[in-house]
Amino acid sequence: MRTAFLKELFEIAKQNPRIVFMTGDLGFSVVEPFMQELPLQFVNAGVAEQNMTGMAAGMAMSGKIVFTYSIANFPTLRCLEHIRNDVCYHKANVKIVAIGGGFAYGAMGVTHHATEDLGIMRTLPGIVVIAPGDPLEARHATRAVVNHPGPCYLRLGKAGEPAVHQGEIEFEIGKAIRLRDGGDITLISTGSFLQTTNKVAEALASRHIQARVLSMHTLKPLDNAAVLSAARETGAIATLEEHSVIGGLGSAVAEVLAESPEVRVPFRRIGLLSAFSPHIGTQEYMQTQHGLDTESIVQSLLELLQTTRHRAAANASAGR
Amino acid sequence: MEQRPTIAVAELAYRIRKHCVVMTSRANASHIGSSLSMADMLAVLYAKVLRYDAQQPRWEDRDRFILSKGHGCAALYAVLAECGYFPVSELDTFYQNGSPFAGHTMHNIPGVEISAGSLGHGLPVATGMALAAKRDGKSHRIFCLLSDGECDEGSVWEPALFAPQHKLDNLAVMVDYNKIQSLGRVEEVINLEPLAEKWRAFGWGTREIDGHDLAAIEKALTEVPFQAGRPSCIVGHTVKGKGVSYMEDKLLWHYRAPRGPDFDTAMAELERNR
Repeated sequence: MRTAFLKELFEIAKQNPRIVFMTGDLGFSVVEPFMQELPLQFVNAGVAEQNMTGMAAGMAMSGKIVFTYSIANFPTLRCLEHIRNDVCYHKANVKIVAIGGGFAYGAMGVTHHATEDLGIMRTLPGIVVIAPGDPLEARHATRAVVNHPGPCYLRLGKAGEPAVHQGEIEFEIGKAIRLRDGGDITLISTGSFLQTTNKVAEALASRHIQARVLSMHTLKPLDNAAVLSAARETGAIATLEEHSVIGGLGSAVAEVLAESPEVRVPFRRIGLLSAFSPHIGTQEYMQTQHGLDTESIVQSLLELLQTTRHRAAANASAGR
Repeated sequence: MEQRPTIAVAELAYRIRKHCVVMTSRANASHIGSSLSMADMLAVLYAKVLRYDAQQPRWEDRDRFILSKGHGCAALYAVLAECGYFPVSELDTFYQNGSPFAGHTMHNIPGVEISAGSLGHGLPVATGMALAAKRDGKSHRIFCLLSDGECDEGSVWEPALFAPQHKLDNLAVMVDYNKIQSLGRVEEVINLEPLAEKWRAFGWGTREIDGHDLAAIEKALTEVPFQAGRPSCIVGHTVKGKGVSYMEDKLLWHYRAPRGPDFDTAMAELERNR
C-alpha cells in the first residue's frame, strides 16, 4: 500500500509542480526517487512533526499541495494541535499520510500501534479521513485527495498487502465500495482490514450465511446512505476495523444507525478494546491475540445472528 | 502596489497604544501589557518595512507578517486599522458577541495572515511560507513575532533548527522580550538566557536591540538578512506595558484591563508623551 501510494504520488507530482512531499525523516529505500528527481518538491522536515505540520500549512497557504508523511502516530497524534489549528482551521491544502495503520508495526510495540488515529482525526472539523482497503484503493485515494481542495488524512497499511479488488473500481471520496452482496448481514470494513473482512464473508458463506461487504474507505464524510441501505436491506450489520471500537468506523456507523428513526438492525462493532496491547508480534499474530482473526470474528457474528434469530422467534411467538 | 501610512512612526505607535488601551478597557480584556510591549516594533514594521497593499490583503507578492503571540492581537488589529485594512471604528467590536475581532488573531480579518493563540504555532507556519517563497523564486519576506514565554515551546526550536539548514534568509524572527510571562518573570519560570546566543548557535544572524528605540528597530529591520544565506533574529528588549508607567514591568497587567481611573490615567499619559 505504501508503494502504491508513493508511486502514484510520484507520477502525479511529475505533472503537478504544486505537489510537495514532506517527510518526517522516514521512508528509507522508498522515497529516494522522489528526493532525487523532484528535489524542489521534496522536503525532509527532520524528526520534528510539529514543525513539519506547521510548515506544510505555511506552504499550502502559499499555493502548494503538501503531503506530510510519517509512520504510526507520529504525523497525527504527535502534532495534533498543529493539524487542528494550522491545517484544519485554515483549510490548508495539506494531506497527512500515516504508514502503518493498526498493528502493521505490531512487533515494534505500543508506541507504534496506530489504534486511535481514525477516531481522533475524525473529530477534527473540515478534514476528510480515508483508510483505503488495498493497494488499488490506495492509488485511487492518492489521486482523490490531490483533487480535493483542503485537509485530508490518509491512513495506509505498509508494504505487501495483497490486492483485494479483482478488477477496476469506482473510487469516490465518501462513497463505499460494495465487494459482494448478500442479505443476511452487512460487513462494513475500513482500511487494510478489508482482506480479513472478505475472508470472514467467505467463511460465513460456507455456513450458508450470505454477507454484503462494503469497503468504507472514507470515514469522513461517511457514506450514510450505504449504511442505511444495509440496515434496510440486510439482516444485521457489523463493522470491522483494526482500530479501537471507540471513535472509529464502529462509532461512525453506530451514530448513523442510532439517529435513524426508521431502521432497527442488530449491530456489532468488531475492533479493539480501548486498551494498550500487552502483546507484540506480526500483524496476523496481533489480530489473533485481539480476536480479530477470521475464526474469532465468524464466531462473534454467528452469536450475533443467533441472538437475533432467537429474539425474532420470541417476538413472533409473543404475537408481536 | 505598496501603500504605507503617511504618518510618522512615533504617531503610529502612539495610536496603536491608544487603541489597545481603549479596546482592552471597553472589553475588560487581558493582555494589554503584551500588546504595549510590541507596539513600537509593530509600528516600524508597518510604517517602514513591510511591503503590502491594504486594498489587496492577499496580494501574492506581499511581505507576510505572522503574529505568533496571538494574544497581542489588539495591537495588530489597531495597526491594521490605521493602515487602512478596515475602518478604525471596527475596533470597537473587539471581544464583543458576533465580532470577528476575537481575543486571539483571526485569519478571516483582512491583513491577519494566520489565526494564532496556542503558542509555538507561528514560526513553523512562517518557515513553511519562507520555504515556499524560496522554492518559487519569490522575493517577498516573512516576519514572525514571538513572545518570550513562547520560546518555552519546543515547536519554536524545531523551525529554529530547520530554517538555517535551508538557508531561509527571507525569514526574520522578532522576539518581544519583555521578561514577563504568564506566572512570573521569565528568568524565574524558564530562564531563556543567553537568548541571543541560543539563536546564534542555531545558525541565525542575530541582533539585540532596544525594542522601543524606533530608529534602532528600523535599522535592524531594514538590514535583514544580517548574514546572506541565514535567517535573521532580532531580540527586542522590551518592557511589558510600555508607555503606561503604572503598567510597566508588572505581571498584573498581563491580565487586568485598565478601567475607571486607571483608564483615564493611561490615556492622559499616552497623550502627554505623544
